[in-house]
Amino acid sequence: MREVGIIGVGMTRFKEHWDSSLRDLFVEAALKALDDAKVPMIDSIYVGSMSSGLFVEQEHIGPMFAEYLGVKNVPAIRVESACASGALAFRLGYIEVASGLSDIVLVSGVEKMTDCEDPTSALAAAADVECEAFFGATFPALYALIAKAHMDRYGTTREQLAAVSVKNHKNGLKNPDAQFQREISLDAVLNSVMIADPLTILQCSPISDGAAAIILGPLDMVRKMTDKVVKITGSGVATDTIALHSRKDVTSLDAVKLSAERAYKMANRKPKDINVCEVHDCFSIAELVTIEELGFVEKGKSGQFVVEGNTEIDGKIPINTSGGLKSKGHPVGATGIAQIIEIHKQLTGNAGERQVKDAKIGMAQNMGGTGASSVVHIMEVV
Amino acid sequence: MSSPKIWRQRIERYRLLGQKCKGCGKVYFPKRLVCPECGGRDFGEESMPETGKIVTYTTVYVGPKFMENDTPYVVAIIEFANGVRVTTQVVDVSPEEVSAGKEVKFVFRKLKDEGKTGVIVYGYKAQLV
Ligand SMILES: [Zn+2]
Repeated sequence: MREVGIIGVGMTRFKEHWDSSLRDLFVEAALKALDDAKVPMIDSIYVGSMSSGLFVEQEHIGPMFAEYLGVKNVPAIRVESACASGALAFRLGYIEVASGLSDIVLVSGVEKMTDCEDPTSALAAAADVECEAFFGATFPALYALIAKAHMDRYGTTREQLAAVSVKNHKNGLKNPDAQFQREISLDAVLNSVMIADPLTILQCSPISDGAAAIILGPLDMVRKMTDKVVKITGSGVATDTIALHSRKDVTSLDAVKLSAERAYKMANRKPKDINVCEVHDCFSIAELVTIEELGFVEKGKSGQFVVEGNTEIDGKIPINTSGGLKSKGHPVGATGIAQIIEIHKQLTGNAGERQVKDAKIGMAQNMGGTGASSVVHIMEVV
Repeated sequence: MSSPKIWRQRIERYRLLGQKCKGCGKVYFPKRLVCPECGGRDFGEESMPETGKIVTYTTVYVGPKFMENDTPYVVAIIEFANGVRVTTQVVDVSPEEVSAGKEVKFVFRKLKDEGKTGVIVYGYKAQLV
């Protein structure tokens, strides 16, 4: 396998884009990435989208995007793994370059959610539709079931859950691409509208529009084209049961743990080597359980770990410096790519006010559903 | 929703029927074609017990469109007496009365309908005992 690196990145701001369609969003992000990379052509496109069908009733988006980007006849493949679609598209593009089959690959993600009348039901399609969603279990409800069990077993508190949102909004304030660029207080989080107990609306990622794109190439080419070379050193994917209730322990996310183990092994790294990490905080509890599964903190101790400031930008392991899904926004298919763009910014020293000092090794974790799929990448400055 | 689909699901939704793997004895609900534990493909029919206990639960205040008139409602993961788990609503109860570990029995209830002239879909929900 060839070594692979990042040549260029680009994304739209994540927000409610009332003036832009699904294809507009993709093209805006892809053009930014192409301009950043300064490559003359691309060999293929991968695009992650959870559900262009349910959100805007458009399928077959691969060829449509190739055409609208002005690269007619290029292979263009849509990738779907619910909320992990973006990172999975990244992985497939990575594999294609590593294999030698292609040199320059555009990997991307997009979602246009605000045109949809019932996004809650569309999102519920990432759960087991017949055995969970059918009985009224929304996505917030499923994560609330995890949160309740975590609280029961480990004594995790409502305040500890809320602290995740407070921290992520503090970071999002420093990110010009974030949907919500404002701080929120612990009281505001705790007293906001209840969605599914114990998760209040300020612990749920928003409905967003947006797209993100990255240009990948073989490392020898990347060395000639960029000043700070970022190499993909680890890539891991794992799956778990589609229904949360089919798992032995509802406070664990086995796919997250396994996908991380696979990425750590490939990169020959350990949790303590990671300088900065983006995780899939679709709900506050998701960030807590995920940092346990990634090995940053002992099982059951994540709440206290966050409250003590260990996950702040200047903490032991900075988590979601971009603002995370909560503050940056969560246009589902775009999220996994945007997470990797944040790590790329951190590793190349382009993260502005939210820059982590001396970040050399970064990780991004993206998951689908209630953790039925998880994708982890490790990137390093080489 | 379509009528053939609802008809197909009568086995689990209306009869609480699952299956037991002849290879390793593990029970599944609803039915599937391959046992993920042992790879077995031979199963015998198995009735689910009518009682179970709450593993974890939440009260939903913002529901999907088809349930927007039902909020707040309680959703729980329930473990049948035989160890199989399902997700469903706990009904006829106020959220304060629900807690993990409480015993429930399964009841036959309306789940949704296809409008004024369409099919009415039934299934299982749980009640505290
Ligand atoms: Zn078996």
